[in-house]
Amino acid sequence: MGLTPRPEPALPSGQESWVTTKLDFLVNWARANSLWPMPFGTACCAIEFMATAASDFDLARFGMERMSFSPRQADVLICAGRVPFKLAPILRRIWQQMPQPKWAISMGACASSGGMFDNYAVVQGIDTIIPIDVYVPGCPPRPEGLLYGIMLLQEKVKKERAADPTLRNEMDPDPKSQLYIPPSVIDELSEPFGNSVHQTRSGL
Amino acid sequence: MSTPFTPYVAGSALGGDAAAPATQRHVPLHGGDANPSAGALVHQFGDAIRGVHVVRGETNVLVARERLLDVVRWLHAEPSQRYEYLSDVTAVEFRDPEQPIEVVWHLRSIAFRRFLRVKVELAPGGPLEVPSVWEVYKSADWMERECYDMFGIRFAGHPDLRRILMWEDYREGYPLRKDFPLRGRFSRSEQLRQALAADPEARYSMEELSVADAFEDLPDDMRRRLRAGEKAGE
Repeated sequence: MGLTPRPEPALPSGQESWVTTKLDFLVNWARANSLWPMPFGTACCAIEFMATAASDFDLARFGMERMSFSPRQADVLICAGRVPFKLAPILRRIWQQMPQPKWAISMGACASSGGMFDNYAVVQGIDTIIPIDVYVPGCPPRPEGLLYGIMLLQEKVKKERAADPTLRNEMDPDPKSQLYIPPSVIDELSEPFGNSVHQTRSGL
Repeated sequence: MSTPFTPYVAGSALGGDAAAPATQRHVPLHGGDANPSAGALVHQFGDAIRGVHVVRGETNVLVARERLLDVVRWLHAEPSQRYEYLSDVTAVEFRDPEQPIEVVWHLRSIAFRRFLRVKVELAPGGPLEVPSVWEVYKSADWMERECYDMFGIRFAGHPDLRRILMWEDYREGYPLRKDFPLRGRFSRSEQLRQALAADPEARYSMEELSVADAFEDLPDDMRRRLRAGEKAGE
């Protein structure tokens, strides 16, 4: 299939110089404090996202007030809401149009796992389409939850090292199947859990 | 190109001394006064009207499939009926597989303040095909496409019968049918593979895809104004 497992980040080797690490620090500090979000709001989570951006919670404190409605000028894709299968190729294309460095936040239960929509129309976890950095749980998450997720992402950005060869791995999908993780893993991730196990599979 | 627009005024055909509409209280589940259009339909079409039922104060008329288009045309054009508005096209499949699938049209007469539900029964095992009412009500276009997408009912005479909610090469069947499993028929990885293989732009017709492509088809004066750089709404 030509599919490879997601690469593990390389550990520091001890050979990085003072200049490199300080440059990393400077670049990461600048990036972490000016993440431009690409809001991909598909459902009610987007309402909470708007509340996060509004004056009470004020996303601008994190340097994120500039919503980028074009993926080509965005740094972090925030998928807020459920993703139907019909939207999957569109989300994939938007992710591929975003230039590196880029990150992704999956906001809410539906985007992260399909949530309560264990049915024929909804993708069971956005990470079967694009790689995700931070998952924010909740249905929908409170703005504080999203802010915490953003702060976690900032921590992640601040720990990046330019010497890490796996850092900007684009994780291109398999050209034949368009999947970037093996089908067996997708089936395993999409297994029903909790109450949804007991749903009737057929109405007859 | 514009057509003169005459607004439909609610209750305008009832005359000036008609009582103001009031919300009815304590509506019985079955029985009550039928919509006067039902009696007129029985008088006009006779045996083609298979039954008239009043449920919760609303009138359901069961029509033979062959005469459906005649009935709808008559309801639309007849000055004493004036059903100007088609508010829904949908279908019902019952849990009992012996019961027929019903296709339902919701018609509304604004001028007479009347509501009529027209039904056609499709016998189990028979063809799932009914005539399209698109030539009478243009609003039936997307509603019939949705009904086809969800139930697999074919509307004969529809100009563009494609799937509308699911993507066009969706191959798992018709999701609202009783024999359709809730999670779909294929494995999740196969569903995702098929979904990702779809071309996002292929689902739109040419008119929806781009206004620029349709530039040559626009009226002359509009093209002239667009060339001069005029923007809409200025």
